[in-house]
Amino acid sequence: MKFSHAILEKHSILLTVAILIVVAIGGLFEIAPLFWIGSTIEKVQGMRPYTPLELAGRNIYIREGCYVCHSQMIRALRDEVERYGHYSLAAESMYDHPFQWGSKRTGPDLARVGGKYSDEWHVAHLTDPRSVVPESIMPGYPFLRERALDYRDIEDHLKANRAVGVPYTDEMIQNAKADLEAQAVADSNGASDLTARYPKAQVRTFDADPSKISELDALVAYLQMLGTLVDFTTFDAAGPNLR
Amino acid sequence: MNDAPTKDEFAALSDLLAILGSIAALILGVMISIVSVDDVMVFHGLVFAVAGAGALLYLLNKTFSEGTLAGSRYTPDRRPYNDDVIKAGVIATMFWGIAGFLAGDLLAWQLAYPALNFDLPWTNFGRLRPLHTSAVIFAFGGNALIATSFYVVQRTCKARLAGRWAPWFVFWGYNLFIVIAATGYLLGVTQSKEYAEPEWYADLWLTIVWVVYLLVFLGTIWRRKEPHIYVANWFYLAFIVTIAMLHIVNNVTMPVSLVSTKSYIAYSGVQDAMTQWWYGHNAVGFFLTAGFLGMMYYFIPKRAERPVYSYRLSIVHFWTLIFLYIWAGPHHLHYTALPDWAQTLGMTFSIMLWMPSWGGMINGLMTLSGAWDKLRTDPVIRFLVVSVAFYGMSTFEGPLMSVKAVNSLSHYTDWTIGHVHSGALGWVAMISFGAVYCLVPWLWKRKELYSLRLVEWHFWVSTIGILLYITAMWVSGITQGLMWRAYDSLGFLQYSFAETVDAMHPYYVIRAIGGLLFIIGSLIMVYNLWMTVRGAVAGEPVAAEPETSGPVPAE
Repeated sequence: MKFSHAILEKHSILLTVAILIVVAIGGLFEIAPLFWIGSTIEKVQGMRPYTPLELAGRNIYIREGCYVCHSQMIRALRDEVERYGHYSLAAESMYDHPFQWGSKRTGPDLARVGGKYSDEWHVAHLTDPRSVVPESIMPGYPFLRERALDYRDIEDHLKANRAVGVPYTDEMIQNAKADLEAQAVADSNGASDLTARYPKAQVRTFDADPSKISELDALVAYLQMLGTLVDFTTFDAAGPNLR
Repeated sequence: MNDAPTKDEFAALSDLLAILGSIAALILGVMISIVSVDDVMVFHGLVFAVAGAGALLYLLNKTFSEGTLAGSRYTPDRRPYNDDVIKAGVIATMFWGIAGFLAGDLLAWQLAYPALNFDLPWTNFGRLRPLHTSAVIFAFGGNALIATSFYVVQRTCKARLAGRWAPWFVFWGYNLFIVIAATGYLLGVTQSKEYAEPEWYADLWLTIVWVVYLLVFLGTIWRRKEPHIYVANWFYLAFIVTIAMLHIVNNVTMPVSLVSTKSYIAYSGVQDAMTQWWYGHNAVGFFLTAGFLGMMYYFIPKRAERPVYSYRLSIVHFWTLIFLYIWAGPHHLHYTALPDWAQTLGMTFSIMLWMPSWGGMINGLMTLSGAWDKLRTDPVIRFLVVSVAFYGMSTFEGPLMSVKAVNSLSHYTDWTIGHVHSGALGWVAMISFGAVYCLVPWLWKRKELYSLRLVEWHFWVSTIGILLYITAMWVSGITQGLMWRAYDSLGFLQYSFAETVDAMHPYYVIRAIGGLLFIIGSLIMVYNLWMTVRGAVAGEPVAAEPETSGPVPAE
């Protein structure tokens, strides 16, 4: 029988099913393979789940919409690599639910901002951006320093992350609260346990106010670890993991 | 023979179900507010409960006065079409439009003068930006699509909208979703996936509303008295079906708890990025394009009183557009950690997409064959036609920007923002304005608009606004992109990032002025529509009883 478009125009269910099939194809070809092609995410040393304090800071980064003006994705272009550092690897966001690659650089890329500035600079900058960068058009966030971090349900956050595939261990979940508190206080007793569970975790009072764990502590802890986990002095881009 | 349920019984059943549904919403909302320790969840539970209570009061009042549940005879609405819900949709479209434009222009001024962020959590750029995008795309655009789709499907099927309460549930349920999403952003609740920021519970609610929307739309098609489903309905149907697919797949997420606003998306890193931009680009492709093409295929032929240019082109346009669009997502991720094969695939399909886009544009424009003089005499036609011209321009610019070499310059800059707004203001908003200018006299049974002269003013003020906007963004985007990659004679990067920000200031001011003009234009429109509904015609006194009178004689 010869196909006529009139068949679709006269049967709404056929039309609906045909539409669904036609629009499903692109996604099946482009998204599904990313889950099973092994070379999509490089095998690298150093990646670990976020510490509870970093995770809480990341949630503040998301809450305030930092991603609308800051990317965390250094493209493989000469000027970007010179400005921001080694281009971003897929592996570096493998524990990011959701990803924070961003789409706009009203402000600079933050994929490797960790360690570039001091804590004092971040505190001053987040409180009043134009006090340290006169040309900046970033909003100020003075309230972060005043607000105590709410981490009553931090274990549940780790559990939800584990449910979507982040390798948090039972031990990490049980100690989530203790780890969070240990990281925000300089020379704390739990610091060695924390760094055993989370290598390269930075332990100190990030906002220069030891009286409480503020939202600013968490956010600065997050910013200071961005891009610091993979050691690029030993990473071999031309190695067997080349995409 | 009398075993089949009667019309009365159907009406009583649907009233009962609607009442039970609103009681369930009331109870669920109250329970969530009591159990949750998350302040925003408590607030949203209350909002939900209030919505349920409002619906319940209305329904009880209505069913008792009509007597459907008390057993007396139900008198069905004998009018051939259900237009009340469309009137509500038109009002919501204009309300959210103004709200969304105002939010956008505030953001534009904040970028020029950062003191306008007031350094408060609820007013900073990061929280207001999703408010703006959701208000214009989903609140303004979504209400325009729901209202026009309900209008078009009834007229082209010669059938009354399916469902007694279902169309109203779609309207109020959708707007409740918007209120929950928008207040959530201001209070810091967001998934951070662009154009999919609402958290898991708002997403679930939208899913329910959307399924009912699909059923109302299909149900009306099933009642049709025309053998063929009209082309505008194919586009509306593709929009509804595909948005459902995109919404569900992109928002698979794990809530921290059932009474927490926070959740963690099922995907991570590169897979999440690909899924998000598969969604994000097709929010453009199916929400902002396919749906509004449905509008084009009805309102342009209707207003121009000419048939659609080519039936064959409509078929080719439809299937190629929906097939190709869905592949274009990876062009948002050029030179990133997304595998090269996916980037190349996305770029290739984006370039191919130029053809169906222009096919559709040609089909829309050529519909004016034999009626081109109306472009001069009817400013409403001018809105509709110029919107299609903007559609053509931005669907040419889009494939250009998806080319990797161009994208390496344009990505992350204001060029993208300019591109989006040439589509959003020029195409989406202008075709919606044209459709609403058509709809208001038709729905309120007025002979004509209050003033075509004011439509002229609206057209020119907003067109100048759009041109200021997009040219400012072209210049700022290309300038900043070039400054980022500029090297000095010694081989060092020439500019610090802060210097490139500083260079943007004049363009940000021009853009904000352009946005302001666009708002002024839409306020002129609201005034014009308000006067039309009142039954006035410019230059003549307002009718004595405007609410009840029919069209005012203009002679």
